[in-house]
Amino acid sequence: MKDLLSKQAVNLKPSGIRKFFDIVSEMDDAISLGVGEPDFDTPWHIRDEGIYSLEKGRTFYTSNSGLKELREEICHYMKRKHGVTYDPLHEVLITVGGSEAIDIGLRAVINPGDEVLIPQPSFVSYEPCAIMAGGVPVIIELKAENEFRLTAQELEDAITEKTKILILPFPNNPTGAIMERKDLEEIAEVIRKHDILVMSDEIYAELTYKEKHVSIVEIEGMQERTILINGFSKAYAMTGWRLGYACGPRVILEQMVKLHQFAIMCAPTTSQYAAVEALRNGDPDVLEMKTAYNQRRRYLMHAFQEMGLECFEPFGAFYVFPCIKEFGMTSEEFANRFLEEEKVAVVPGTAFGDCGEGYLRISYAYSLDNLKLAIGKLADFVEKLRAKAR
Amino acid sequence: MREELLAIVERNSRIDLKELAVILGVEEIDVVNELEAMEKEGIICGYHTMIDWEKTSIEKVSALIEVRVTPQRGQGFDNIAERIYKYPEVTSVYLISGGYDLLVTLEGKSLKEISGFVSDKLSTLDSVLSTATHFILKKYKDHGTILAKKYEDTREKVTP
Repeated sequence: MKDLLSKQAVNLKPSGIRKFFDIVSEMDDAISLGVGEPDFDTPWHIRDEGIYSLEKGRTFYTSNSGLKELREEICHYMKRKHGVTYDPLHEVLITVGGSEAIDIGLRAVINPGDEVLIPQPSFVSYEPCAIMAGGVPVIIELKAENEFRLTAQELEDAITEKTKILILPFPNNPTGAIMERKDLEEIAEVIRKHDILVMSDEIYAELTYKEKHVSIVEIEGMQERTILINGFSKAYAMTGWRLGYACGPRVILEQMVKLHQFAIMCAPTTSQYAAVEALRNGDPDVLEMKTAYNQRRRYLMHAFQEMGLECFEPFGAFYVFPCIKEFGMTSEEFANRFLEEEKVAVVPGTAFGDCGEGYLRISYAYSLDNLKLAIGKLADFVEKLRAKAR
Repeated sequence: MREELLAIVERNSRIDLKELAVILGVEEIDVVNELEAMEKEGIICGYHTMIDWEKTSIEKVSALIEVRVTPQRGQGFDNIAERIYKYPEVTSVYLISGGYDLLVTLEGKSLKEISGFVSDKLSTLDSVLSTATHFILKKYKDHGTILAKKYEDTREKVTP
């Protein structure tokens, strides 16, 4: 057959993580610090609600936008956390994970040739989604000296006449960076000046360890130009339930609902019932998990300090992003050797963009005992490399 | 810091003090002082070890006993509770609302030993009106720890 495959699909680079995953899964005895999901089980009362919904026979489609009850709870949450008002009928859409919202959000606003600003290092799917939507990804390389925050100057420098939308991935996977109110106010000025849209991926909103997470929609003039994405995976340890949502201006959401309707119909019904319970009664669980993450985060920062490994202090998500430039290896070489010699898997920073070179993503979604074991091996490995260099 | 500190040592009282300081983000001396203060205030009453005796070769039987008693003037239930908790084989005594008054938990070497305790010592106390003994057949969860199953990490090893 001539031209069997879509050129665009073929040309997409496969995720850098996939390659690494294949190596790791071959090794049975490897300890992994490579996962991007919580180690906690979904809190029982939330699971119970899912089970109960099945028992009651809630096994049908919901409306395309999702259960009205859930959309209302999301609006309450937005009011409670960020002091902003969304209309549950027209400004909220329940999606299959935050990932789907990224995809259809971009497809809803991009015309061919529109530029999509993507700060990196960041989650792996922004760039391919932008491309498949017909957009042109423009990478903004975030810098360690700014603690991997996006600065107004970096944003200003990247904007052209073709810029349509900025993706704002904070709290950030893989760096753990956050944007505080003053950071957001500075970039908001640039955004308003150039009249561009924002897709704010706030899936880690509940996991910040400094002050409470500030959303860009809290900043003046931003809510009307922002597609806010959040979900249940990270906050409530519900990754497998595949449930996220988007909040945004009605005109955009209407287009997203269409795309969602034709591709997905609706998000999983069982998950939606469970999510209602999560929003209504899940705050104490979130706090408990966050406290545990914070303890592990402090442990890691301390361990890096002790082994003299450079790492800025991240205040969000559940990742640390130490620098390994002193060893004169690429991130991938380091990760491969570390896996081979010490049987510990970490993800090379380059899996999240070229500017992740020289860094590793270490996840602390593991028990302290597990972390101690793995970090002990990292200390040994680092010591070995340094001894050889001497 | 207190609440977080208590939550940690409640689950793991053997945690290293230095490590405790690191994960709480405070100095080691502060942790030491705080623990000492809470011991003095009687907030921390002991550092026990959770043992699943089932997995050892040592025979142990535990029972819950519901006890109905007549409260005494001026003393309420305190006097009788004290008479019961002084027996070393009694592991806990709670005053309970509802259908009976005291819930007593007991550990013994055998069913015979426990039933002997109930008939000889407990039931014969003056203010005890009646008892109902429930033997524990299996512990699924105790002190917030699940004994029946071990945690297993079933996640994919590397995910974005």
